[in-house]
Amino acid sequence: MYFRKLLKAGVALTLATSLAACSAGNQTSTNQTTTQSDKETYKIGLHFELTGAVADYGNTENKAAKLAIKLANEQAGYEKYVGVEYDNKSDQTEAVTIATQLASSDVVGVVGPATSGASAATYPILNGANKVVISPSATQNNITKVDPSNENSEVYAYSFRTTFEDSYQGAAMAQFAFDTLSAKKVVIYGDNSNDYSKGLVEAFDTQFKKLGGEIVSTEYFTSGDTDFSSVLTNIKSKDFDLLYIAGYYNEAGLIIKQARELGIDSTIIGGDGFDSESLITLAGASNLNKVYYTTGYTTVDASEKLLKFVEAFKAEYNEEPSMFAALAFDSTNLLIENIEKVGGDSQALRDSIEKTSFSGVTGDFTFDKTHTPIKTVLVVELVDGVQSSAVSVSPQQ
Amino acid sequence: MKKNQFTFINLCWLVLIVFIYFLINILISLGVLNAVYQTVLVTVMINIILAISLNMIIGITGQFSLGHAGFMAIGAYSAGVALKLFSQSTGFYMGIALGMFFSGIMALIVAIPTLRLKGDYLAIATLGFGEIIRIIIQNMKVTNGAAGLVLTKVADWKIVFVFLIISILIILFFSNSAIGRACISVREDEIASETMGINTTKYKIMAFVVGAVIASIAGALYAGSFYVIKPDMFSFNKSIDILVIVVFGGMGSFTGSILSAIIIGIINTALQSFAGIRTIAYGIILVMIMIFRPKGLLGSYEFKLSKFLKGKEENQ
Repeated sequence: MYFRKLLKAGVALTLATSLAACSAGNQTSTNQTTTQSDKETYKIGLHFELTGAVADYGNTENKAAKLAIKLANEQAGYEKYVGVEYDNKSDQTEAVTIATQLASSDVVGVVGPATSGASAATYPILNGANKVVISPSATQNNITKVDPSNENSEVYAYSFRTTFEDSYQGAAMAQFAFDTLSAKKVVIYGDNSNDYSKGLVEAFDTQFKKLGGEIVSTEYFTSGDTDFSSVLTNIKSKDFDLLYIAGYYNEAGLIIKQARELGIDSTIIGGDGFDSESLITLAGASNLNKVYYTTGYTTVDASEKLLKFVEAFKAEYNEEPSMFAALAFDSTNLLIENIEKVGGDSQALRDSIEKTSFSGVTGDFTFDKTHTPIKTVLVVELVDGVQSSAVSVSPQQ
Repeated sequence: MKKNQFTFINLCWLVLIVFIYFLINILISLGVLNAVYQTVLVTVMINIILAISLNMIIGITGQFSLGHAGFMAIGAYSAGVALKLFSQSTGFYMGIALGMFFSGIMALIVAIPTLRLKGDYLAIATLGFGEIIRIIIQNMKVTNGAAGLVLTKVADWKIVFVFLIISILIILFFSNSAIGRACISVREDEIASETMGINTTKYKIMAFVVGAVIASIAGALYAGSFYVIKPDMFSFNKSIDILVIVVFGGMGSFTGSILSAIIIGIINTALQSFAGIRTIAYGIILVMIMIFRPKGLLGSYEFKLSKFLKGKEENQ
């Protein structure tokens, strides 16, 4: 009896070890392909959330990054860039393990992770190993600083991002609301369970008050809520020009629908969390009029570069690229473009990226001293759920 | 009535612990355990602390708790906030102490009303408690809300190892003492032990509080080793992860918890490069274990040096 039990435990162990052997086998084979050609090759680490809670963003960004590598290889005429994929399971601990792995590997630079938390866990390790890391969508305020809660903290030398931060976006919307929509009284409805929303609310509030507007009231919901009618009824009784919803499309879609059904027909504005096809499904196209939101990416009045990217993405994956795809595409190209310029030396690469003036599918930008891009925020207007116009805005300092 | 703790067996354990410590040290200096494996090692050690502390509540005392992540969160945030406010290592140790204190108090507050509940009811009540802790942290200013805290690394594997040994010792002493025996009797038959004059609620509370305090150490060590802590890391899922380790290893077997934390760590690392199938493979392995070893890998078997040294005749 005892032996049978032992045997079965043994089976589980063997299974685990054989899988370990498999993974080791895989790695050697990729090594061979890179050493076979005499031409120079560069490895790029792709560190994304391929499974888990935010797998949606991670996968899209991973696809776009692979597309950028593929296009660059076509241009070079051989396998010049090799993307090494890693999955952090949308888990901070796993992100640390992978960052450690990347730090001791021979990649010249890393693209990812998609979220701010995982990025913050990755930066200290990769900076310790002098590896360039570019986060496509880490929007949290000051996340590229060693201590994000301290305004005067040092900036990680090797960390960059290609998206604007939450506060910039919120401030830009406040500017747009005050100047273009000539609003004076605003109600804010934010999500207090995520940092993205909190960042937007804070920045909008500060900028709008600075411009001379009035915040009539600030209400909060929690991710996952589906019924907003009590708060909306309360809001309806107030005197205001605009409703600013700082949240993701899941809740924003339902809020817009319920607000319109309650008869709140004021203009509704929001952040790039609105930027999803699901918003239209949830809110209903007829409810999406007089709705504006800030974003870093739109196909309205698209540049030639952007159209080409959209076409290539559709051809490769048979789906529409999102803002996350565009940002990851830019991040990867930013890295590739600078490798082309200065080669694989990490110090030179870092210096080159810092000084770069990049022209990508999400617009042209340079980096400020916190390694955050200086780019214009686009405000998109929805008419019957369709993006109809895009204006670029930058907040007054 | 004092028992002599300096027996030959205990000396052997001490030698073994020191041997493992130096073995890891040598493996690191030889480069076998590189930075990646060191991170995995720290994760595994933290998971062991969590698993044995939960095992004491579930396996020894028989109380089904799903709020373990909440206590871990208290420890992590105490250490995190202390690290932000005070200098590196003093802040860290102060944070650990604070975390243990808060966690103990909270456990006491939760335990007194809820441990009168049984089975499913207790599970739901502790689950609710874990979520409350998380939501409170999410809405506090000092914890930086949903964005969480970004910290510097202060704990290397050595510190975690020391705390691991301390935690194991506390838990083993607890379970092998008279209190532990009382807890086991509560697990086996609550009514019978009550008739024998055992104050069941008291022992359940004691086990629960000790388990919570140890879990907070694990949380603090996590905060000191992994740079970022966010409220959403300590959700209900984390409690389930810990529970899986305990059930996988065998409820009531500390050897089992330690072994299963190590095995799960290895599986996780081995499947790193198979993003797509990792969760599936993990699930299949769990199902297989539950089919072939319904009581977990080791059931309630404990590895004891005394048995090992005397030969195999005592194994049944």
